[in-house]
Amino acid sequence: MSETPDDMDVAVAVKIGRAGFEYLDRVVDLDSQITGQPKPEYWKDVFERYASRHVEERFFLVAEAPDSKDGDILGLIVGEVRGFEFGSKPCGWIFAVSVHPDSRQRGIGEALFTAICDEFRQIGIVKVRTMVQREDPLHMSFFRSEGMVAGPYIQFEMSLED
Amino acid sequence: MQKSSRLAIYALMELAANPDRQISASEIGEKYRVSSHHLAKVFISLGRAGLVQSIRGVGGGYSFTGNAKRLTLLDIISLFEDTSSACKLNDPSKATDEEWVMFDISKEINDMALATYGSITIATLLKQVDRRGRIRAAKSDGSPALT
Repeated sequence: MSETPDDMDVAVAVKIGRAGFEYLDRVVDLDSQITGQPKPEYWKDVFERYASRHVEERFFLVAEAPDSKDGDILGLIVGEVRGFEFGSKPCGWIFAVSVHPDSRQRGIGEALFTAICDEFRQIGIVKVRTMVQREDPLHMSFFRSEGMVAGPYIQFEMSLED
Repeated sequence: MQKSSRLAIYALMELAANPDRQISASEIGEKYRVSSHHLAKVFISLGRAGLVQSIRGVGGGYSFTGNAKRLTLLDIISLFEDTSSACKLNDPSKATDEEWVMFDISKEINDMALATYGSITIATLLKQVDRRGRIRAAKSDGSPALT
């Protein structure tokens, strides 16, 4: 039984929009608060790839309080359209979703998920996918609660150390 | 999944979907075509786990006392069965390579099942039931499917 971003004890209104480079420091700060590890170079690279190039099919969205002016962001979601890998038709992939721990259970994760799905729909994408670790009940429960189910692919791996 | 686990999940869904009502075992049994006797045994386990409470007398029945947003299928199944039993070696010290290989395969499948059950809450199940009902209703009256 875990605390999940979908648990809406009190839903709050949020402003969701695309993240430009002006959000870099705030995203690094949010991620650092969640993971305990600042990764400025990693996020700079993500911004360069997902906030400035091919933005017609790459989406880096952030959630802010409606009255926020350069204030803290409450959450983020990042995804893109990928096609023809593993025999797949083009589909939307979500590869990052985070909500600040103090802002969870307020519907922010759901609002971000809904927003990126709307972006995918608007460019004709009809399927959205993600990948989650089995030992990550927080995100597993969140995506399940949003209606996601196991897809047609199974991920394989093999140790190269044996 | 054993029958008791399945009945417990149905019963809890029914109670959680109707938080203002007391529902009898016979009413749930009728809906899911199972004996109320079997359901009564299931309710004893659910009561011991603090997930339901019963009110006796006319108009009595069971009500849900858990947290639907937190309670997962794995939590419920674990009340009725040993979730690791699908992959056990009788005597690991004497197991052959063949038995170890089969153990690894069983464990892979079991790990996936446990992760799935552990990620689905009663609240998520109720959302899926609601969505399925809306899609079925939309199909039957010819209106566009709801999302």
